[in-house]
Amino acid sequence: MVKYILKRIGMALLILLGVSFILYALLRCMPTDFIEQKIVNLATSGVKVTEEFKQQMYKTYGLDGNIVQGYFSWLGNVCRLDFGKSFISQREVVSEIFNADRMGTSFFVAAVAMVFEFLIAIPLGITAATHQYSVRDYVVTVLVIIGISLPSFFFGQVLKDLFANKLGWFPVSGMKDASITYANGFEALIDYLRHMFLPILTIFILRIGGRMRTTRTNMLEVLNSDYIRTARAKGLKEGKVIYKHAFRNTMIPLVTSLAGLIPALFSGAMLTEQVFDLTGIGNYALTAMTQGDIPVIMTYNMFLAFLSVTGMLLADLMYGVVDPRVKLA
Amino acid sequence: MEEKKELENVETEEIATKAIDTSDTETPLDKNVRLMSPTRMLLRRFFRSKLSVTGLIMLVVLFAFCWLGPVVYQRWGETETDRTGNIEYADYAIESDDGDFIQIVITDNGINALAPPSADHFLGTDEQGMDIFTRLMYGGRLSLTISFLAVFLTSFWGIVLGGVAGFYGGAVDNIIMRICDVLICLPTLPLMLIIGTVLDANGVPSQYYIYLLMGLLSLFSWPGMARLVRGQILFLREQEYMVAAEAMGYSTPRRIFKHLIPNILPQILVSMTMSLGSMILYESTLSYLNLGVRIPFASWGTMVEVISKRSDILQNNFNVWGPPGVCIILAVLGFNFIGDGLRDALDPKQRR
Repeated sequence: MVKYILKRIGMALLILLGVSFILYALLRCMPTDFIEQKIVNLATSGVKVTEEFKQQMYKTYGLDGNIVQGYFSWLGNVCRLDFGKSFISQREVVSEIFNADRMGTSFFVAAVAMVFEFLIAIPLGITAATHQYSVRDYVVTVLVIIGISLPSFFFGQVLKDLFANKLGWFPVSGMKDASITYANGFEALIDYLRHMFLPILTIFILRIGGRMRTTRTNMLEVLNSDYIRTARAKGLKEGKVIYKHAFRNTMIPLVTSLAGLIPALFSGAMLTEQVFDLTGIGNYALTAMTQGDIPVIMTYNMFLAFLSVTGMLLADLMYGVVDPRVKLA
Repeated sequence: MEEKKELENVETEEIATKAIDTSDTETPLDKNVRLMSPTRMLLRRFFRSKLSVTGLIMLVVLFAFCWLGPVVYQRWGETETDRTGNIEYADYAIESDDGDFIQIVITDNGINALAPPSADHFLGTDEQGMDIFTRLMYGGRLSLTISFLAVFLTSFWGIVLGGVAGFYGGAVDNIIMRICDVLICLPTLPLMLIIGTVLDANGVPSQYYIYLLMGLLSLFSWPGMARLVRGQILFLREQEYMVAAEAMGYSTPRRIFKHLIPNILPQILVSMTMSLGSMILYESTLSYLNLGVRIPFASWGTMVEVISKRSDILQNNFNVWGPPGVCIILAVLGFNFIGDGLRDALDPKQRR
């Protein structure tokens, strides 16, 4: 077991090296004067760019050397846990990305959406499977496909236009009302939740489809297996067959996917955050990418890659824990 | 030839029903069994599902709209601005010593921007005075063409690399699969943004921009297809008929292209149909983030993009950004419905 984990961690490190090289090489394909231009543009809007900073930026990112040299100097800095400074805010990238506010917002939105996703998708998926080919199954299937077909930016804007602009039930965008001073913490909380409602709804609707589909497929597979026939043959009640015998085996892929989803909680939803103007990590990264802020782009993407590698590792380990038939070697 | 006979499927239901009525007429059983080619059976199953037929109709209508539409409806061009102008009148009451006047200010805006739907412009005009209905058709051409190109390129890489990995195995397999692992860990949307910014920085002309972008993207998005093909080949390679093919002394290309590929084709087809939908989503997302198709050229994503800059259009002019969004959803839905129907129709475990 320990040997297996160590082997997997070694593999993960190799994958991360590969990912970082591809990212670095791609970013270096931007002409340096393009980045300089971006920074000069920013400088005219008030940010001070010193010559010293430019030199330091060149040195840190090896922008004057070739790609391979630059990559190794970047790697060396990373090994010393130095991820550099943002070109734009000139603060440490790590403190910018792992900012409690930003990460907190993204995490809150993703976590709440995920809880509702599981609470609603699993029962729906199960009824669709137990009533295969019925009207109910059809409706669920259509909803599933509609859910995975919606473009997040468009759907988010429609929700925003309808519920915020037209009906006025929710605030249009942002994190809190600037004009209101709260009498107590409870009011502040309510206001915060009102701002978060639409983004959470968007993410929830976009994701629920896939979850329902996997639950339905798993359940169908389990329901066709021999031990379910045996359970029915010995006269168990249908409810017991489904919720006790079948459901337990459906849980296996669900639990493993849950482990794989833990990292997704921290990565932030770029488009939804942009649409609703939340100050989450996704929105921040999106801005950095359009501005050519290389240190931030590099670190954020490595963070995402790190999360997905850990997610895969966690999911595989969970398989071993949940399913006694699976032996990790 | 041999395996073709094997593949000929017998409709089991037919035997059952016919067997009952033939019990007294005593005709030989094989007269009552209808043999169906796999293709016919696939089509029959496909068209029995209402969802897949709906998807097909949606796509046929969309394609007809995009390709035949501009031929029939030539009133406005893709980038043609309506210069008739909308004239605004504003009147102010002025009080002076000579008495009260009404001052009328006439503003000629030059272009007929943000016009409401009318007989002249079925869906009105956008903020640059271009006809939305016409741009919807041209935008659809671009969006659909790009997604087809991207899917074909991606599938090409996936099939070739996955096929090589699965068929030869060993070190080749190992190398290709490790590359897959790396590429799968690259986050897609940020990657596209980076490639977009890089192309932008290198000053690629705007009419080739999106094609180049999707071409480059295909270099990063093949692992899914490659894994699918490799898995299938690993499974099929061990089947008896492949051993038989090898024993017969068939050449490697013949074994791959005549015996392996036809058996993987169904899965490839389903995965390609599904990814057509997601490619449309990617393309429109990129255009929405201003990294895709550039104005004045139209694509559905670009047409929605206006609202991220102008909240007044978001609030007041649904006719500007609604229709392209609906078109995106319809196209993606169509491909997904068809993909889902194909998957069901191709599933050998399916009884219906």
